[in-house]
Amino acid sequence: MLLITCPWCGPRDETEYHYGGQAHVPYPETPADLTDEQWAAYVFYRDNPKGPFAERWMHSIGCRRWFNVLRDTATHEVLTSYRLDEPRPELPQAGGNR
Amino acid sequence: MAEPMTEAGPVALRTSPLAHLEERMRAAAVPGARGVTLTERPFLTMVNLRVGPGSEAADRIEHTLGARLPRRCGDTTSAGPHTVVWLGPDEWLVLSSAEGAVLTAELRAALGPAPGSAVDVSANRTTLELSGPSSRQVLEKGCPLDLHPRALGPGRAVSTTVGPVAVLLWQVDDAPTYRLFPRSSFADYLGRWLIDAMEEFRGPEVP
Ligand SMILES: [Zn+2]
Repeated sequence: MLLITCPWCGPRDETEYHYGGQAHVPYPETPADLTDEQWAAYVFYRDNPKGPFAERWMHSIGCRRWFNVLRDTATHEVLTSYRLDEPRPELPQAGGNR
Repeated sequence: MAEPMTEAGPVALRTSPLAHLEERMRAAAVPGARGVTLTERPFLTMVNLRVGPGSEAADRIEHTLGARLPRRCGDTTSAGPHTVVWLGPDEWLVLSSAEGAVLTAELRAALGPAPGSAVDVSANRTTLELSGPSSRQVLEKGCPLDLHPRALGPGRAVSTTVGPVAVLLWQVDDAPTYRLFPRSSFADYLGRWLIDAMEEFRGPEVP
């Protein structure tokens, strides 16, 4: 069981949250110009680092807000969480940023 | 728009989500030092409110309610028939004994053209009241939150789960008395879950 800190509600059990995949994946700036291959890369291709990974979570049982979490994929340690309007905290070797 | 309810009209016809469990909840009451009771408080007015915190519209709404909109998770404020519960950074639930359509209209008028909403969601949830010396232990069987007085006390309200059911949990007093707000369609399950969880306190304490 992960203990994830919601930026608004504080530490809560993982069961209160919904996982939203990799964070910081920007929508294509000129979607009409994308090839099928580029669309596939945008829709399906995600980083898979061993170590810190920036990912989205939603506090579905609580405040129902989306936010970002830096989680170590090797140890499951939740390193930090931050709001969508805050920049990703700097960590060495952090993946999940494009 | 919803018309005000009258005694001859919808008010007389409505049925609460737990009316069928009333008898069983009463029979489940445990008296004494390890006591705990469970009752439904049906048809409480609930208005979901969304508005930018700290905005002028929020000021107008606070003036209308006579209460501040709480700014932190767990905080509540009260004035007259209203209690305002924090649901999110720009979302609140107004619990009230005032008439739903009237309160919603007042809040909408206060919101004016500002971005936000005031929606009567009274039928979305019902209210269960769990009270007595053992009530915290009953909840602790299935609530992941720390309910110890050091973490939760009277006047605190948080969204969480009891068993598998998502509820808004509001501690009202030191008895302790809790009010649980499950969605109406989950109320039957939660009512039965609580009745079952209360059962052991009827017997002597196991050392
Ligand atoms: Zn939250």
